[in-house]
Amino acid sequence: MTIPASWFLTLAALLFGIGAFGLLTRRSALIMFMCVELMLNAVNLTFVTFSNSLHDVAGQASVFFVMVVAAAEVTVGLAIVVAVFRRRQSNTVDDLSELKG
Amino acid sequence: MTATVPDLLVFLAAAAMVVVGAIGVITFRNPVHSAISLILTLLGVAVAFIEQEAHFLAAVQVIVYAGAIVVLFLFVIMFLGVDEREDVTVEPLIGQRPLAYASVFVTVGGIVAMLSRGGWVTGASTVTGPTAVYNGSTVDNVTAVGQSVFTTYLFAFEATAALLIIAVVGAVVLARRERSVEGGESA
Repeated sequence: MTIPASWFLTLAALLFGIGAFGLLTRRSALIMFMCVELMLNAVNLTFVTFSNSLHDVAGQASVFFVMVVAAAEVTVGLAIVVAVFRRRQSNTVDDLSELKG
Repeated sequence: MTATVPDLLVFLAAAAMVVVGAIGVITFRNPVHSAISLILTLLGVAVAFIEQEAHFLAAVQVIVYAGAIVVLFLFVIMFLGVDEREDVTVEPLIGQRPLAYASVFVTVGGIVAMLSRGGWVTGASTVTGPTAVYNGSTVDNVTAVGQSVFTTYLFAFEATAALLIIAVVGAVVLARRERSVEGGESA
């Protein structure tokens, strides 16, 4: 409560940066999904921080909906990973180059 | 604004959990270790939520994220048997890693520079009202979030119900085993 909001916002920025770096450098589709989760959590932390510092509950309601969309995204994404793995026996995104022009 | 010692300790613990877990996710070569490390980060974020009086979201964070989503990740890892280790030192795309360092540094540095300047909150507040007040009386956090979700954001709430059903049906259709896989290229 007495921790300054900027500390939490800096922590969220750091978490977002780590997630973005992992998304840009790792090649396993599963790890990339985990990095997307890291970035979503960083945004959730920012929402809650502003909700607390501005005394406005809309930020927390937004986080609720972000969590629902993240759950749906993970469900469909992992189903795609399973479908791709069945066909290619691999889960690295470098092997998915058939649509290359 | 001075922070008390317990608040400071809780914040530092949460920050350490978040950063160590996140670095573990992107550096571990075994995906199972990455998933376990992701749990550490999610619990750290939950601690940060509690520190900021968002009790309902902290509970949902532990139940949905650390409970359901990470278990789904682990289930897929075990189901596929993808426990082969990815060599993170190989760089298949020339210049990918320096570019990633540069873009992440610019993004995080820009956010932190913007924070240090101050004045990052502008505009009017929303129609939903304060975090712990409903109809003029002080309520707890769960009540406040529930009231706003079921009144102001009722349409969005119903839309998420449809979204979840569509996602589940889509996942079942995508992950279903094809009957005629041996017969050739079936769609």
